[in-house]
Amino acid sequence: MQITSPAFKANARQAMADADLQRALGNVERGFIEKRAKAVAKMPEFEELRDSARDIKNHTLAYLDLYLEAYETRVTEAGGKVHWAADAAEARNIILDICKSVEARRVTKGKSMISEEIELNPALEAAGHEVVETDLGEYIIQLRGEHPSHIIAPAVHVNKDQVEADFRRVHTNLPADRNLDEPETLLAEARGILREKFLSADVGITGANFLVAETGTSIIVTNEGNGDLTQILPRIHVVIASLEKIVPTLEDVSQILRVLARSATGQEFSVYTTLSTGPKHPGDPDGPEEYHVVLLDNGRSAMLGSEFEEMLRCIRCGACMNHCPVYHAVGGHAYGWVYPGPMGSVLTPSLVGVDKGGQLPNASTFCGRCESVCPMRIPLPKMMRHWREREFERHLSPATVRWGLGAWAFAAKRPRLYQFVTGLAARGMALAARNKGRFGWLPLAGGWTKYRDLPAPQGQTFQQMWAKRSRRA
Amino acid sequence: MSSRETILATIRRSLGANAGDRTRAATVASRLAEAPKGLIPARGQLPDDKRIQLFARMLEDVSATVERVADAGDVPQRLAKFLKGHNLPPQIVRGEDALLAGLPWDKAKTLEVKVGRADGSETVGLSRAFGGVAETGTLMLASGPENPTTVNFLPEVHVVAIRAEDIAGDYETVFARLRKAYGKGKMPRTFNLVTGASRSADIEQTLLLGAHGPRRLHVMIVG
Amino acid sequence: MAKRKTVAAAISAADAGEAPAGLEAGASVGLFVTCLVDLFRPSVGFAAVKLVEDQGGQVGVPKGQTCCGQPAFNSGDRATAREIAKQVIAAFEAYDHVVVPSGSCGGMIKTHYPELLADDPQWAPRADALSAKTHELVSFLYDVAGVRDCQARFDGTVTYHDSCSGLRELGIKRQPRHLLESAGVNIAEMKDSEVCCGFGGTFCVKYPDLSNAMVSKKAANIAATGAGTLLAGDMGCLMNMAGKLKREGIDIEVRHIAEILAGMTDEPAIAGSPDDHERDL
Repeated sequence: MQITSPAFKANARQAMADADLQRALGNVERGFIEKRAKAVAKMPEFEELRDSARDIKNHTLAYLDLYLEAYETRVTEAGGKVHWAADAAEARNIILDICKSVEARRVTKGKSMISEEIELNPALEAAGHEVVETDLGEYIIQLRGEHPSHIIAPAVHVNKDQVEADFRRVHTNLPADRNLDEPETLLAEARGILREKFLSADVGITGANFLVAETGTSIIVTNEGNGDLTQILPRIHVVIASLEKIVPTLEDVSQILRVLARSATGQEFSVYTTLSTGPKHPGDPDGPEEYHVVLLDNGRSAMLGSEFEEMLRCIRCGACMNHCPVYHAVGGHAYGWVYPGPMGSVLTPSLVGVDKGGQLPNASTFCGRCESVCPMRIPLPKMMRHWREREFERHLSPATVRWGLGAWAFAAKRPRLYQFVTGLAARGMALAARNKGRFGWLPLAGGWTKYRDLPAPQGQTFQQMWAKRSRRA
Repeated sequence: MSSRETILATIRRSLGANAGDRTRAATVASRLAEAPKGLIPARGQLPDDKRIQLFARMLEDVSATVERVADAGDVPQRLAKFLKGHNLPPQIVRGEDALLAGLPWDKAKTLEVKVGRADGSETVGLSRAFGGVAETGTLMLASGPENPTTVNFLPEVHVVAIRAEDIAGDYETVFARLRKAYGKGKMPRTFNLVTGASRSADIEQTLLLGAHGPRRLHVMIVG
Repeated sequence: MAKRKTVAAAISAADAGEAPAGLEAGASVGLFVTCLVDLFRPSVGFAAVKLVEDQGGQVGVPKGQTCCGQPAFNSGDRATAREIAKQVIAAFEAYDHVVVPSGSCGGMIKTHYPELLADDPQWAPRADALSAKTHELVSFLYDVAGVRDCQARFDGTVTYHDSCSGLRELGIKRQPRHLLESAGVNIAEMKDSEVCCGFGGTFCVKYPDLSNAMVSKKAANIAATGAGTLLAGDMGCLMNMAGKLKREGIDIEVRHIAEILAGMTDEPAIAGSPDDHERDL
């Protein structure tokens, strides 16, 4: 997928001019926030659970190598296989080899952001496999040839009439008089089509919300049940997960699950939390015959020990983007890569480089709402600021910004000069505003005055007036 | 060097850790062995009756239906009645679970019972839950010949029987039981935590039941 | 991070106990004016001085202050931010308390200076010490000086915008509302009062379109309350919102909360009084 993060500003402008998108984004702003607030209010221990969840991940990351080894041992004992993938290409190749080994015709997929990150679908299709996304939202965007615009609600940017048009275009044997006006009828149509795909798939690929070291278990958390049908019906179940998904024990997972759904959708608990361990046991009437886990690094091991380590606590609940005023304004696609919103603004430069992802951590007011709702207490604004520091150190920030900042800093470090200059400015601007109290336009202030007036100074600086008062006293 | 070795080496370098550090290994070993519990919310920590009531209420909050069947022997008839009341065919699929197998199925003569996995042709599946969690109204189901996973997902309607005594306050209590039943570090192939019927809100954030799995979840609390 | 109190904790702390006993006699209070108040609205500074003096504080305004350093800090220029932080610490550390009529600059000194200088053995303790005695103005009045009844009166309905840093870094939510109500003010809460107005320091000029999208929603929410006055505790947010309201021709007076609490509302409102816009181009 082409990374368009460097064009964030242009992407954002386009998104803000897109009426369909703006209508769809209203759903994020209303639904998620209210539901989360209600769920949190019903759980008096929620703040302590956040602390607990944070501590568990911090502990795990400090011993990540050992937990991964313990996890691998358990997976192997259960009859599964762990494949280690250093980067996206290696992960794709491992999965292609697995699909090839059974001459897979049809591959079903549960929702997985890692699969987006490694661009798995085009690779599978190029190798001749039919790929079917089975999460309703993912299915819709697959039909549309798009990428997810939200990590838990991938089609949140799409309105129902657009879904209807897509279904009519792709489901060719659909009677023209079939009513597809309502979400209910659209869901029924997708259910029918996808049921057939589930039952005839050769390989099922899911992501993982957690990997449990104690038991060698992978866990998916869903509401539709598509992830379950994806993994219990085909002969092969492939799990693709990044390595920071590991947690030590079932007790630890229990803690984090208590904050996950509440933060994500405002549910007390998601409908299906599924723990999968190895292939089916002897005598089991259903379940896969082979179980593979592809453990992806793709830059994460290098984040450990850096100022971005805390980002590895992220459990992909989406609360940060649900609460982000920038995300509300532009939606997910404007961010230009796989992960949008505040978590994407931190993660994207980590995974694709600050030269490509550097725009994203700049596009924040640091309002802090993301951090205030993050179940894992990830200091997202702080890490966005760290990216700005990296950019500044590498002289990647625009020359005008550096020049302006330099001139300002020169004065700000010299109080007498500063007060002289601000004194002149206060007087000059007040005169120029001719007692109107504001400017509709001012040289060099176009970024401000394009959309709003600039309040005029009162005429003297506080320091000047204070000095006079002190002299009088 | 394999990717496995490269990744582990990078992690150790980033953490400033040595591969042979015994103290680190001991920390991890004891965490895995002891599996300390974290914070358990007060909500589910209730005496038996209250706990079961909470379990039922939480399930009803997520659009499941719940009935209490005091005598396990009444389950077949009650099930037949439930199916009739909802215009469902008198046919079910279930696994070989001892509790389910031991029920007096002859008391519900009209009911056709298929034993084994589901294949997508069945309308109603019956499972027996390994445990339940009052905190969120969550059912926990272990896969195997006793309760095939396909029964949980392929039929339109999922009926789950659970013994009242198997309803705990929190997840941790059921996980501890699971550890006893299967052995430390061992798991059934699939362990499903089910809280309500299948749903999706992917179209305009409108909540709809019956996305891919069952459209309806009915729970019978036995005992 | 551990030092940062959650909003909920701060609010419940402010609500729970008795009011603090008040300012110790003759306490010296350094006023960190903030660059925006200094340049654009000195009357807010004088309102702050009055409010502190009313509590018995001896106010001083060190000449060595310019700005808190946030523009550099948030642009990734850590070195400049550290230099400015040291300048502020040196200028203010002799005072018993430091008061800032801005949640944003107050948050910078209180939460970010210690973080910025944590690895400097000489300056870290000094940053911590300054952090401990630095307070945003309204929080100082309520949480330190123990003010519960405001002496000023203000007739009219206001709506209050919770500026992000004050709210989320310093836990300021209940305090301004309590003091406003004690002044007889009727508060009409706007929808999403806790959502950012889109100012964000340099953000508003680096991303004008995005900033506009945010302040447009804010302006609509403000207008929908029907309040005659918009208040907040941060000049940046106030200038942004006032500028937008004016551009849209929405007649609402915009003021810093200190002006109301001090009873100093003679100066024209921020960006001019409502009736001015007729004469505007």
